[in-house]
Amino acid sequence: MKKQSKILNWLEERFDLSGINKFIDKKVVPVHKYHFWYGIGGIAMFLFVVQAVTGILLLLYYRPSADNAFESVEFIMTSVRFGWLIRSIHSWGANLMIFVLFVHMFSTFFMKAYRKPRELTWISGVILLVLSLAFGFSGYLLPWNKLAYFATKVGTEMASLVPFVGKEILIFLRGGEDVTGATLTRFFGFHVALLPAITMIFLGIHLLFIQAQGMSVPPSIEEEYKKNPKSIKFFPDFLLRDAVGWLVVLGLLGILAALFPWELGEKADPFASAPQGIKPEWFFVFLFETLKYVPPKILIFEGEVLAILAIALGVVFWMLVPFFDKRAQLNKPSPLFTAIGVTLVLYIIIMTAVSYLFS
Amino acid sequence: MKEEPEQTTRRNFIGWGLITSLAAFLGMLFYPIVRFIIPPTVAESSQNSVVAAKVNELQPNSAKIFPFANKPAILIRLASGEYRALTAVCTHLQCTVQYRSDFNAIWCACHNAKFDVNGAVISGPPPAPLDTFEVNMSGDDIIVSKRA
Repeated sequence: MKKQSKILNWLEERFDLSGINKFIDKKVVPVHKYHFWYGIGGIAMFLFVVQAVTGILLLLYYRPSADNAFESVEFIMTSVRFGWLIRSIHSWGANLMIFVLFVHMFSTFFMKAYRKPRELTWISGVILLVLSLAFGFSGYLLPWNKLAYFATKVGTEMASLVPFVGKEILIFLRGGEDVTGATLTRFFGFHVALLPAITMIFLGIHLLFIQAQGMSVPPSIEEEYKKNPKSIKFFPDFLLRDAVGWLVVLGLLGILAALFPWELGEKADPFASAPQGIKPEWFFVFLFETLKYVPPKILIFEGEVLAILAIALGVVFWMLVPFFDKRAQLNKPSPLFTAIGVTLVLYIIIMTAVSYLFS
Repeated sequence: MKEEPEQTTRRNFIGWGLITSLAAFLGMLFYPIVRFIIPPTVAESSQNSVVAAKVNELQPNSAKIFPFANKPAILIRLASGEYRALTAVCTHLQCTVQYRSDFNAIWCACHNAKFDVNGAVISGPPPAPLDTFEVNMSGDDIIVSKRA
């Protein structure tokens, strides 16, 4: 303890730390029956750190070219010590992170945390989820195996359905007309440079907003909470509780990676037929299943084009929910939006289940 | 003066337990990471001989570099028509050497070292001669092998 204060004294003699000290001292987290949900965002961020660390480690051996990518991942998994562990943690971590992000998003949605003054926190959060999906999509191709190859082919083909600029988007994504080594190099660039840079900006903004405004108390218990406000200090009490959650998640990742190592599959072959049972990653499956039910023609329009536009509009609507939910803005119950959220959760679960069970 | 044995309080004991658990946890976390960072040793090639060139491929007083057991080697055809094969890795700082027909010797461009066609150092910083290999003909092939 003495040593720590010496270091702090040394720093304080040189920098004015009173602002930070005051902030740390003042920052509290409300305690109520929904307190548990405050930790989910922290878990998502912890998983992001795990992804960054394991991703940097994989970069030491990974080679982003059509000739070498598959072999380099095979080398990591068979020859590099603990390579199988690091790669499996990266793959499991990615999936777990997206799952946790969905839980975080829906929990803040149902607790109406997006209402004034936190509209921008919500918007930055939705952008972070979209970026994470892009991380998932670009990272999936990197081992250059058959499943990933065809998933990327189908996924990027979707982009060509966008009216007017579809073709240009497709060529931008693929680095040419087809999915080739050029696509792999491009996706590698997106995955390890472009997306991390953009994510750091939005993550910084998201965290800054949360720190500046503190945690939202759900409107359903706000009155009750005001009568009897209870809180704990963020530092160190809440942080230590969060850390316990992170430790559990790290343990879970270790167990998943050890018991169910992530498969590598077969090397991609652009001239081979698509394998049976091809599916995108689970977090895209509900969209994939939706597109199956869209008729080829709706009036004079192509069904798929309309479906893609509807999905894009849905994402924009979801992002702008704070501005549509007027009742929540006035701190009144807004059952309509709760119902929209419940419908969306059920839709995602049912469509995903249908896809895995019946097709 | 007799020293009092230090009392272990419950707080000290728990603190000690926490610190050792933390150390064990960090060890568990960093051990795989450190082992991952250290590259695996690639088994040295056990190649003992290789077809370095075809007969008549090289003009007299010329040479070619060829791969031999994952490292560059040099095959020289002397002005007399005889062949010599040596490792092409300079013993100084591992640059790849070349044959200079203008002065009939092996030369390293990195630090101006010179070796004769038998690998002996003529001038420059190399601390040791170049290793030589055996050269044999088999039909149309020139076969270079490690000396037994």
